[in-house]
Amino acid sequence: MRADTSVRTSPLAAWTDRLADLAPALTAAERPFLTQLTVRASDPVAVARMGEALGVAFPADPCTATRGGGPFGAVEVLWLGPDEYLVVAEPDRRVPVEDALRAALRPARGAVVDTSAQRTTIALSGPHARDVLAHGCAIDLHPSAAPAGTCVQTLVARAGAVLRVDDAESGAFTLLVRSSFAEYLAAWLSDACVEYRAALS
Amino acid sequence: MQLIPCPWCGPREEAEFHYGGQAHVAYPEDPRALTDQEWARFVFFRDNPCGPFAERWSHSAGCRRWFNAVRDTRTYELLSVYRVGEPMPEVSERDEVVS
Repeated sequence: MRADTSVRTSPLAAWTDRLADLAPALTAAERPFLTQLTVRASDPVAVARMGEALGVAFPADPCTATRGGGPFGAVEVLWLGPDEYLVVAEPDRRVPVEDALRAALRPARGAVVDTSAQRTTIALSGPHARDVLAHGCAIDLHPSAAPAGTCVQTLVARAGAVLRVDDAESGAFTLLVRSSFAEYLAAWLSDACVEYRAALS
Repeated sequence: MQLIPCPWCGPREEAEFHYGGQAHVAYPEDPRALTDQEWARFVFFRDNPCGPFAERWSHSAGCRRWFNAVRDTRTYELLSVYRVGEPMPEVSERDEVVS
């Protein structure tokens, strides 16, 4: 028998059970291996063309994200900077999405880079998701200040993260965190959650 | 903690930013013509005013872009922020003296 060394291991593979234990106060689950492409382009025509290729218009305003479906399935585009976007798609869609973006970008100057391994994704929801995040994140996540579609790069418990608001009313968030910080953030989440777990049980 | 208004992301905590020294320090037009003294002045010497001071800041934990800010060195109050390439806006200097 041959040892299989090609099994992918996500940064939070060892944390699946411990994150699941945080429910019901906080529902936290890793969404591993998402396709992530960093796009740099400042030409608005090329940016619009890339949006058409994906079937999702790129976000026009700072600190927002767009999502939708197109030829590559569900795709999200996050604003990271004035000429920088993060395209997030389902796992293993890198090659077709990257090709389509490159074709749409030409002849404008820019870059499409595969950064799928750079960050992992944690989906957060639950009655205390906002309270737990407030312990380590200075962004006002009340629905009146951060409606669905808000997407900020900020510090969560001193770790750099991209925080997207999926559902402002029920408090569903997505955290994209560097793979090397993922275990730290998972440990911080389970620690920050202690008081709410006690209150609910 | 002071909030710094990033020109792109809006007000964020000071901990997300990094300081980049004095703004509007132009690189020498003819670098080869400079003497050692002139190079030393360009590299090491910066203004140190008591009052409004144009500085560079980087929103390093956010959009990671550089921008300029006018800060009152007496009060640490940021009087204005503006993007790189934009002219320095007129700021009204406040005469309050902080002990």
